[in-house]
Amino acid sequence: MYEVVSHGVSFAFSQEQEQIRQLAREFAEAEIRPHVAYYDETQEFPHEIFRKLGELGFLGILIPPDCGGAGLGAIECAIIVEEIARICPAVALGVAAHNGLCTYHIYRYGSQALRERYVRPLAQGETLGAWGLTEPGSGSDAGAMQTIAIRDGDHYILRGSKNFITHGNVGSIAVIMAKTDPAKGKRGISAFVVDKSMPGFYASKKENKVGMRCSDTASLVLDDVRVPATNLLGQEGEGFQQALAILDGGRVTIAALSVGLAQGAFEAAMKYAQERIQFGKPLIEHQAVAMKLARMNMEIEAARLLTYRAAWLRDRGEPFRQEASQAKLFASEIAVRTAEDAIQIHGGYGYIKEFPVEKYWRDSKLLTIGEGTSEIQRIVIARSLLEQYRSK
Amino acid sequence: MTILACISYVPDTAAKIGVTADGSGLELGGAKYILNPYDEFAIEEALLQRERHGGRVVALTVGSDAAKEILRTALAMGADSAVIIPATGLDSFGVAANIAAYAKAIDASLVLLGRQSIDHDSFQMASTVGALLGVPSISVVSKLEIESDRVRAERDIEGGKEVLEATLPLVVSVQKGINNPRYPKLPEIMKAKSKPIESVEPVAVSPRAAMVRYQVPQLKRANKILGDSDADIAEFVRLLHEEAKVI
Ligand SMILES: Cc1cc2nc3c(=O)[nH]c(=O)nc-3n(C[C@H](O)[C@H](O)[C@H](O)COP(=O)(O)OP(=O)(O)OC[C@H]3O[C@@H](n4cnc5c(N)ncnc54)[C@H](O)[C@@H]3O)c2cc1C
Repeated sequence: MYEVVSHGVSFAFSQEQEQIRQLAREFAEAEIRPHVAYYDETQEFPHEIFRKLGELGFLGILIPPDCGGAGLGAIECAIIVEEIARICPAVALGVAAHNGLCTYHIYRYGSQALRERYVRPLAQGETLGAWGLTEPGSGSDAGAMQTIAIRDGDHYILRGSKNFITHGNVGSIAVIMAKTDPAKGKRGISAFVVDKSMPGFYASKKENKVGMRCSDTASLVLDDVRVPATNLLGQEGEGFQQALAILDGGRVTIAALSVGLAQGAFEAAMKYAQERIQFGKPLIEHQAVAMKLARMNMEIEAARLLTYRAAWLRDRGEPFRQEASQAKLFASEIAVRTAEDAIQIHGGYGYIKEFPVEKYWRDSKLLTIGEGTSEIQRIVIARSLLEQYRSK
Repeated sequence: MTILACISYVPDTAAKIGVTADGSGLELGGAKYILNPYDEFAIEEALLQRERHGGRVVALTVGSDAAKEILRTALAMGADSAVIIPATGLDSFGVAANIAAYAKAIDASLVLLGRQSIDHDSFQMASTVGALLGVPSISVVSKLEIESDRVRAERDIEGGKEVLEATLPLVVSVQKGINNPRYPKLPEIMKAKSKPIESVEPVAVSPRAAMVRYQVPQLKRANKILGDSDADIAEFVRLLHEEAKVI
């Protein structure tokens, strides 16, 4: 418990943060764990779990109490997402996207009227939120989006489609990035709050996924949707910068999700390695297995430190883009590796559904793709390094 | 109605607890402390009875300063106020005397406790507090109904239920299954942070029992593994008859 002031790290969690971790852990163990396999198998959206998450305040983590939220910060958000991901990464993905992308975006850039109308029900879990940047033809290169918004009196008409959107189907409110001025490229992108009661806005294809199966991923169609001009977030042309800033926060949460997933897979491997006997002794007494476990744990701890440091910087209002990308990149990659090693330690049993590790493995791969692929994180980090170390 | 919910701070069930070499004390290592699991039911029952009948819920713990943590949990769950009586090293009677003195001071109509604390498992609290207050006590209750000052309590007994009636004021210890403790909500956790925890002077009582020695139970691992030959099966039946004496 000491502070390295120059690098900005504090290792101490407050008593409330510990209490929140305990609450999230108990909730995940009691209310999520028993249903993990069912939702994974059926791909059904876990409405009942989200209803309960909403009651506890887990769907309005970053929103101040006067707007219906819990008024907490990035550290608490990371704690909650980590603990849920330890049990079910797919549920954690929904919690991360709802809180960090949609709800927080509207809160941070929306007018008081938009906050009242949209943020409050989102923060209280009465509705679920989606966030649409990606399109069929533009993922990493989000600036190349095709969706347009044409001004028409006191409305905009939105036309286009969004792809792979978390809560595309179950969410009734979405933040949609669209080009108000295509000639300006990225600087011509604006962000809007669009809701499903507006004619022409609907979900089409629900994806059938390898992992994160109960998370609702769908495409969204914007078929000449008339959106009131008051639903513009901030100013015209700010949408791309807003989206990047929102992704900075989102990446810290995805890092936390990765840490939780890796922790869950590691715990399963630790347990199995002590129970399974081969060559007359538990697996863990075979040094190759023990060393694998030691490395897995060390990598999780390192990822956790990167994650909470990025969250801590954000809560202090300091720049954290590079730290967020580093945390997301490292944590997601060790999550994939840890889940894979957890299967290896389980041998054949790891490959079948009676054991939990194959699901962690399937779920883990999304983490190196969503909210910016590993390659994109490296680009962000390298760009920021160049700024920092530029020789004259 | 003033309801007093008594809660204790105990080592986590997963904690590995040892005994010092001379047997005079316990080695708790870095054991994590938690709200005694049975006391969660006591808090929840207090909140449910308040929701039905009005009044207020006071959460009380007799213990070290660190135990304030569980009072914050009680506040976050919905208790109206929280009190700590800072005293450690008391025997069961000493704790009961302190609870009884405080219950009397606030004129509690209902004192609720968990059926046992999972640390020393003395099972004495409800009956001793009842006796000290001169009011009835009912232990290990799995259902509690109150109508004006009449109380109907159910207890699980082997193969059935036992129904008891009493009047308020009353001391009740509760059993798992009586209710489903609620989770504290995030905003309540944050609000509980700024609520005051009142500290009340302990009453001095001379101990009635002294701890003489702690001892680790001798593990008897007398497992026998037999094969599946006819002779083994005959031996198995013989062992069940003669050694295990179960048939
Ligand atoms: C389950 C799931 C949920 C999602 N939820 C959302 C959501 O809620 N909202 C939303 O907007 N999006 C969401 N997405 C989309 C996600 O953000 C994109 O899939 C991701 O950004 C990558 O885009 P892409 O799939 O088009 O891949 P592409 O951009 O086509 O990339 C393909 C490959 O090329 C690499 N690549 C691309 N450009 C470069 C480059 N310049 N240098 C080096 N390598 C490069 C990539 O790293 C990747 O390996 C979700 C995706 C999934 C699978």
